[in-house]
Amino acid sequence: MAVKVYGKPQAVCPQRVMHCLVEKGVPFEFVLVDIDAMEHKRPEYMEKHPFGQVPFIADGDFELFESRAIVRYFASKYADRGPNLLGRTAEERAKVEQWLDVEAITYSPCAFSIVFNLFLLPIRGLPGNKGEAVASMEKLDKILEVYEKQLARTKYLAGDEFTLADLTHIPVTRYLVEHCGLAYLLDDKPHAKAWWEDVSSRPAWKKLMSFVASGASFYAP
Amino acid sequence: MLIPGFLVRGKVRRDHGGEGFRASDIGAATARVLLCLGEMGAEYELVPVDFFTREQKSPHHLARNAFGLVPVLEDGDLLLFESRAIARYVLRKYKSSGPDLVREGSLEESAMVDLWLEVEAQQYEKGILPIFFQIMVVPVLYGGVPDEKLVADGVEKLVKVLDVYEARLSQSKHLAVDFVSLADLSHVPFAHYIMATPCASLFQSRPHAKAWWDSLASRPACKKVTAALLT
Repeated sequence: MAVKVYGKPQAVCPQRVMHCLVEKGVPFEFVLVDIDAMEHKRPEYMEKHPFGQVPFIADGDFELFESRAIVRYFASKYADRGPNLLGRTAEERAKVEQWLDVEAITYSPCAFSIVFNLFLLPIRGLPGNKGEAVASMEKLDKILEVYEKQLARTKYLAGDEFTLADLTHIPVTRYLVEHCGLAYLLDDKPHAKAWWEDVSSRPAWKKLMSFVASGASFYAP
Repeated sequence: MLIPGFLVRGKVRRDHGGEGFRASDIGAATARVLLCLGEMGAEYELVPVDFFTREQKSPHHLARNAFGLVPVLEDGDLLLFESRAIARYVLRKYKSSGPDLVREGSLEESAMVDLWLEVEAQQYEKGILPIFFQIMVVPVLYGGVPDEKLVADGVEKLVKVLDVYEARLSQSKHLAVDFVSLADLSHVPFAHYIMATPCASLFQSRPHAKAWWDSLASRPACKKVTAALLT
């Protein structure tokens, strides 16, 4: 039975999960949860996901939510295929965990505030809070300065190999660059810029973007 | 079993009445790490980083954590930050010295630990941190008055989280699995703070959440670390 991923294909958190599955060559079925119609807040869905969020996955009988728990699960389950996404030693794994937490706690809340106010609200015809967006952009610039320092030392965030720590950044960063006009934040950060160009050119990420654009329900590697 | 010592650099608070600071006063994120070290019986040296002189933004600290945050773990050549990442590292590396708190032997159990640790970091902390900050930090460190709206917003978020926990804990003795895990322990520092405020009732009024908290708080490692938290 194929993995089922529940969510909206354009949404950042389901994209993290799907990207991981594509990197590992794992087929899946995408089941649409209509966020715009608030389907994720209906009782039937919240029985599966008590916080009413996406994604949610079913791998046979095993069910899981929280995208970063899900990608760790698949990266472990399929450790023997595709790229090594978790590091090769205890120390490397610890660095992966560190940067996963930086993404979750520091990078993404700031990035989401920008995407929400400059993209998500306006496309629904609602006014975004420009002040909040600007404050978040200044914060993001400082955060990216730290990333620049790290990426001047290592090719990827946790070391010299691409890992989950890089993967979880990609979906929201694409929104920042392609829909919020923030590519310029990388102009004075050559290593961070090179990192972004590298990770966003990965064949698996490009395959995922094609899959999302196609509107298909089944992904086969 | 003697475990090679870790060096933890963590936040300490100055004794707000007096001159010096108590090296035993620690912040919540540092407490999270010390709790895990305590569970594994690991030796460590706690090196204070003085927030009152903004030592966390000094060049020598920024060289360890460019975000200027604590705690930072030094284990030989390894420098690590983010308290939950440090906790995972310590618990994995020394899992034979104490209880199995990350459940790596089972793919599904470790996924459940990851899930509820994400919930703690993403949902629980978002509710409880503003409550803690307004009620316990603002009056003491800034001489101000709690912003009731921010407290109310925090309470509203925390209530939703604790309702989910109450339902979960009626099915499972602990959040991730039947046995205590890092996912449970990660809640301890802020829960301990909240118990000293009127918001303690949010836990006390939910029988499964209350029993869960009582069992965590009674663990020897928890008692030792929470005794050093600011109250």
